[in-house]
Amino acid sequence: MGLVTYLVLGVLFGVTLTKSEVTSWFRIQEMFRFHAFHMYGVIASALLVAAASLALVRWLGLRTAAGEPIAIAPKSMGRGHRYWLGGTLFGVGWALTGACPGPLFALVGSGLSVMLVAIASALAGTFVYGLLRSRLPH
Amino acid sequence: MEALKQPWPWYVAGPLIGLFVPLLLLTGNKGFGFSSNLRHLCAAVLPGRLDYFRYDWKAQGGWNLAFLIGTVAGGFVAVQWLGTADVVLSDATRSALATLGLGDLSGLAPRELFNWTSLLTLRGLALVVGGGFLVGFGTAYAGGCTSGHAIAGLADFQLPSLLAVLGFFAGGLLATHLLLPLLL
Repeated sequence: MGLVTYLVLGVLFGVTLTKSEVTSWFRIQEMFRFHAFHMYGVIASALLVAAASLALVRWLGLRTAAGEPIAIAPKSMGRGHRYWLGGTLFGVGWALTGACPGPLFALVGSGLSVMLVAIASALAGTFVYGLLRSRLPH
Repeated sequence: MEALKQPWPWYVAGPLIGLFVPLLLLTGNKGFGFSSNLRHLCAAVLPGRLDYFRYDWKAQGGWNLAFLIGTVAGGFVAVQWLGTADVVLSDATRSALATLGLGDLSGLAPRELFNWTSLLTLRGLALVVGGGFLVGFGTAYAGGCTSGHAIAGLADFQLPSLLAVLGFFAGGLLATHLLLPLLL
């Protein structure tokens, strides 16, 4: 599929994140304070639909538009340290910025231009991970 | 059209977000995962000598970067043509944020924290620059974010994703209940 397909899917993603207020710092605070069901509802129903449709895709033996078999690369566990350590660090960043990576970009489109600085800083964070990768426990 | 302009409830938005997993697989075996874009952007801008950034980012990440541009455009489309409204927050969150000294709860994020001049304050720097750095470092280290681990990974019953998601919440709780009261 051409890039235009993914561009259009991205627009739908950005609209959905914004209209459901998943990009809102306030909603993330509400989630981490267990004050409302909204964010849990979004994540849980997304997960449920994703899992059910994956099961359906496999059961029907569907293939990609180009006719290839569907393949999902399994994540390697290793010692597992990278998942809980990296996950915890990301979680701190998620609560501070009030945005995970998708929402950071959607917010720039919504007019919160200072998030460009958060994105630049996130790129620096990814770069520093690349620098330190061989020395970090994975 | 009027319904589209209201805030979308979780039972509409969640299932839509979940559908990206099969849609991206069926269009070309693409894995739903937004934070990979941070790596692709680094690889595009600063290829250098680091193995982590030496790969064909256009071939592997071109589709995802197109998706990213769409996501920015989607944020624009939503506020430009689909209405804006202040978040209807729970009373408990309102009073918790008031305790932290946040009075203006309009818009998508507190204006007093997320603006260009607040970058000159310690709390503004901590939230925007510090938080942004941890988002980039943490997702790269964990190999995914909310989309890749909490939705796509868990939907495929991947144990590493469960560990990562537990980490997301541990970190978020830590920052919300211990760091924010110190910073704000």
